[in-house]
Amino acid sequence: MPDHAPLRIVLAEDAALLREGLLAILERAGHEVIAAVGDADALLAFTDHTRPDVVITDIRMPPTHTDEGLRAAAELRRRHPDLAVLVLSAYVADAYLAELLDTTGGGGVGYLLKDRVGHVRDFLDSLDRVAGGETVVDPQVVRGLLNRHQPDGPLDVLSEREREVLGLMAEGRTNGSIATTLFVSEAAVRKHVGNIFAKLRLDPTTDRRVSAVLAYLREA
Amino acid sequence: MRPPPDVWAALRSSPWRLLASSWPWRALAYLASSALIGLVVAFLLFVLVGVGLLTLVLLVGVLVLAGIPLLAAFVADMERVRLRLVLPEARPAPAEPPEPIAWNDRLRALRRLRISGPEVGYTVLVGTVLWVVDAVAINLIITIPGVLVLAPVLVRLDAPVAFGPWQLTTPTEAWIAVVPGLVLLIAGLYAATLLAAAQASLARLLLEPAQTRMAAAVAELRRSRVDLVDAFETERSRIERDLHDGAQQRLVALTMTLGLAELEVPEGNGLDLVRQAHAQAETALAELRATVRGIHPRVLVDHGLTAAVRELADASGIPVSVDLRVERRLPAPVEAAAYFLVAEALTNAVRHAGARSARVEGHVTGDRLEVGVRDDGAGGAAVRPGGGLAGLATRLAALDGHLEVTSPPGGPTEVRMTCPTTLP
Repeated sequence: MPDHAPLRIVLAEDAALLREGLLAILERAGHEVIAAVGDADALLAFTDHTRPDVVITDIRMPPTHTDEGLRAAAELRRRHPDLAVLVLSAYVADAYLAELLDTTGGGGVGYLLKDRVGHVRDFLDSLDRVAGGETVVDPQVVRGLLNRHQPDGPLDVLSEREREVLGLMAEGRTNGSIATTLFVSEAAVRKHVGNIFAKLRLDPTTDRRVSAVLAYLREA
Repeated sequence: MRPPPDVWAALRSSPWRLLASSWPWRALAYLASSALIGLVVAFLLFVLVGVGLLTLVLLVGVLVLAGIPLLAAFVADMERVRLRLVLPEARPAPAEPPEPIAWNDRLRALRRLRISGPEVGYTVLVGTVLWVVDAVAINLIITIPGVLVLAPVLVRLDAPVAFGPWQLTTPTEAWIAVVPGLVLLIAGLYAATLLAAAQASLARLLLEPAQTRMAAAVAELRRSRVDLVDAFETERSRIERDLHDGAQQRLVALTMTLGLAELEVPEGNGLDLVRQAHAQAETALAELRATVRGIHPRVLVDHGLTAAVRELADASGIPVSVDLRVERRLPAPVEAAAYFLVAEALTNAVRHAGARSARVEGHVTGDRLEVGVRDDGAGGAAVRPGGGLAGLATRLAALDGHLEVTSPPGGPTEVRMTCPTTLP
């Protein structure tokens, strides 16, 4: 009963238990998992060879269990600019997030906490959005960033409400969804978004929505 | 395997380790130099005492006798250096011994001459008993086994080898003698090491000022305290790894399965139960994560203090601004102390002080780390025995650091720490 296009996926996760769980969820959703591997080298090899739509990778993998998955993701985005990459992390670390968003590539990119996977529908929804070229950041990460106030940053020029809107944009929400959350009209959200673009002086020739979110995330 | 750290440790270890180490040879060198120095000291003592007593009637004798403490000071200075041969400090001598009086200063200030009983006693001991013992011991230890081991060569050179009633004349007899020779050689090396160790320990006891020994003991204690903190840190990190690779992963897998089940089970009581189970599993996971964060946070190990404090700030229930200027990685116990300080302060701010916001500041100046947490809560925090802050104070004290809590009733509360960035 997939209500979306089936995706061709390469999955990298070193813990067998979680790999099996992810596999079951992805296959239940009708996606095709071309390869499920346990380390970054295999991920690189399989991705180069099979050209999937999306790569899902854990950050920490053998041999050093630090950020192999992240480095592999960056490398893959460099090699295959259209590839969508969804990175799973066991915990929130801004360093990971900044590194990931700084990688080049036109395909979608996502950063989710592993706990999110249990919310199967949300997870699959995020996956579809990443595959569709969007930038998706875990709501908990965004909440944490919102919690933090950095004085004198470039976002200081924004009003409280605009920051709120930007935070929701960073979660990957559409204007309609933001309007519902904040109990305002979609037109009001559009006005806020326009103000954000203007205040941050974003180049109109780029995807300003993405640029704004990146500015937001980088500062935090 | 590392060689034994000092001569006593070497004596306690296995014979192979002792013989493979440098200690027997150091001991022989110590004994040999002891015998030589003792011989000279014996001669000088004899001259000083003899001439001094003879000329005592002329009063000049007093001056001559005054040379004995001088000689003693000189011998003692030499011995303090020499005994490092067998009893080296684990580290270079802790600080200098309090106000050492150079012996040429003593020479210049004869009137203020301080006669050190232990130094004179040791000098007399060296000049009378010790050098004789050492000389005899060295001779016995080297010559007897030496001759036995070399017996085959000596016999071939037609030099008859005689030990009391035994005569070694044929090559066969000589070869047989090699076996007891080797045994005696090993026993001799043991005896020499033991003798040197005992003698150097005696010299240290007599000659090292109590303060120096105390300073060494204090340094050792501090080192062992840091080792202890370090050991706790290692143990915590092991527990964290076990939880992360074990229970935590199983719980994540469980939430995945329950998430899938929610898609399969038709609407009704069954689905409600599955959803409930899913929520419970997530609560368990969240609690486990909070526990792990309190034990030894992974992000601290991987990314250092700044990233870990950011995560703490994000997870805290109130807005927390973070201004940490700690670019480099610090020793693990220091990072952990600072991290747990922030964790404890933020927990207290939310739980007890009802704070609405907090601020974390920190920087490294030179080789000191300073971290402070300030909240706008009701104040009244104090270091209470058995409390979280007391635990932090102990932890910091072990690192030579310091904790300061200012929390007047009505607030604000400020918790600050300073700590060297190098381990004691």
